Amino acid sequence: MRTGKATPWLYLLPALLMLSSFLILPTLSTVYLSFFGPRSETFVGFQNYLQAFTSRSMLIAFRNNLLWLVVFTAFTVGVGLALAVLLDRVRYEVVIKSIVFLPMAISSVAAGIIWKFMYSFRPAYANQIGLLNAIVVALGGEPIGWLIQRPWINNLALIAVGIWMWTGFCMVIFSAAYKGIPKEMLEAARIDGANEWQVFLHITIPFLKSTIAVVTTTMVVFVLKVFDIVYVMTNGSFDTEVVANRMYKEMYSYQNYGLASAIAVILLLAIIPFVVINVRRFRAQEALR
Amino acid sequence: MRKQAWFKRLMVHLVVIGVALVWLTPSVGLLVSSFRPKQELIASGWWTVLRRPFDPTQYTLANYQRVLFQEGLGRAFLNSFLITIPSTLIPLTIASLAAYALAWMNFSGRQVLLMAVVGMIVIPLQMTLIPVLRMFRVLGLSGTFPAVWLAHTGYGLPLMIYLLRNFFGALPRELFESAVIDGASHFTAFTKLLLPLSVPVLASVAIFQFLWVWNDLLVALVYLGGYSNVAPLTLKLALLAGSRGQDWHLLTAAAFVSMVVPMIVFFSLQRYFVRGILAGALKG
Repeated sequence: MRTGKATPWLYLLPALLMLSSFLILPTLSTVYLSFFGPRSETFVGFQNYLQAFTSRSMLIAFRNNLLWLVVFTAFTVGVGLALAVLLDRVRYEVVIKSIVFLPMAISSVAAGIIWKFMYSFRPAYANQIGLLNAIVVALGGEPIGWLIQRPWINNLALIAVGIWMWTGFCMVIFSAAYKGIPKEMLEAARIDGANEWQVFLHITIPFLKSTIAVVTTTMVVFVLKVFDIVYVMTNGSFDTEVVANRMYKEMYSYQNYGLASAIAVILLLAIIPFVVINVRRFRAQEALR
Repeated sequence: MRKQAWFKRLMVHLVVIGVALVWLTPSVGLLVSSFRPKQELIASGWWTVLRRPFDPTQYTLANYQRVLFQEGLGRAFLNSFLITIPSTLIPLTIASLAAYALAWMNFSGRQVLLMAVVGMIVIPLQMTLIPVLRMFRVLGLSGTFPAVWLAHTGYGLPLMIYLLRNFFGALPRELFESAVIDGASHFTAFTKLLLPLSVPVLASVAIFQFLWVWNDLLVALVYLGGYSNVAPLTLKLALLAGSRGQDWHLLTAAAFVSMVVPMIVFFSLQRYFVRGILAGALKG
């Protein structure tokens, strides 16, 4: 096909325009602003970063993000994988998959409300309207302030909401990959006397290795930026803040654009390894084309 | 040995059904509660209706009436559509054009451009909020629909371009060569040949973007925050959760209103939906 020198750029122009105004230039600008004061007027060097790495609220946010990273990723990937393998053995697979995948369709805001209701807390003498505390009380316990008790119960309660939303995603991907394992391979191992656990460990896991890597990466990238769930359910109170919420608060409540920018840059730095992984994977795919 | 296998199978069923129940219960609780009168909702747990589930006197539509017509959810519902539809169609058009060039035209810098696009997929939105907000203020766009249309277009493009380009690039080369022999221009090849062939993938990409925008809170919060007449459902819902945190009769109904459209998409277009979500999960 005849292609003039300018033709490709004509097709690319709208995209390039939008990408530079909403991603490239703002990203560079945020890096620049992170070295300035709250109103972007005075140069402060690395002071915002110093503050971001030493203030108590930021340290708590880092700790919480780390907790999210470990617990959320382990559960979504682990439970997703287990469900994919188990569901392959039942006939009503499709129904269960839909049920577990459904939370993916709704917003974190709605999910936050659904779970705030599940977690709702009343003093011991009153009727519990939250299911979890009703169960606790029925079993003879004292009602628990799920979103209040720091530092573990409330953070884990928030993480549970994320797990509820994203396990279905992991499950669906693992399920597709699991069905790609040749059935003869699994059967041969069973005939040789391997039990289900050995089959899982020595055939399923090695076969799904690259899928597990992709899914884990996706979960980690998501979890580093987690914002909505915390914003809606606790807005960071009782030490539940995460890094993305701190950034929003510095920007919106305290109007400290310098510190907010520095926090955003820290998020970006945490994600850059995954940008590299993405680009590498892409190049490997291209080499195969 | 036989008995053991039977027992193992039973365990699989129990685990799987148990997980499904745990996953389903929170949503059922929300749905049931949204139809219960305020007084009963705060007096007893939602599961108490299960004692006589078909007794209509324990249900009411009052909560929905209240949130839709008095709490402004009706307006927010409309706003969500007004925000989401252009925020899906504009980037879809722009991305198709760019993906066509990246898949079927030869020019220097193509590989670099592609890699840049792939890298941009996971840039956190947080990196862009402050400069873009300032730009909108200068242009007088903050608190308007065009602001979120433009922002969602910019944020949605890298992933859309990447997915569409992969699909376009996988189409057989002969198809385009035969079009050339017929003397077709690029524009004709794009509109008459490529787009009709790509309907399924366009649908998947569009559904992903539609749901992403529909469920988005951050972009709306930053660029539309404080302007309640343009707020979409998510923003309104978050405000409601902040201001009326204990009014469960309103919160449950409002949350369900915000879930209706994604649920319809989920159940009616599940095939495209799953493909779209899976392809799009890495987005910033």
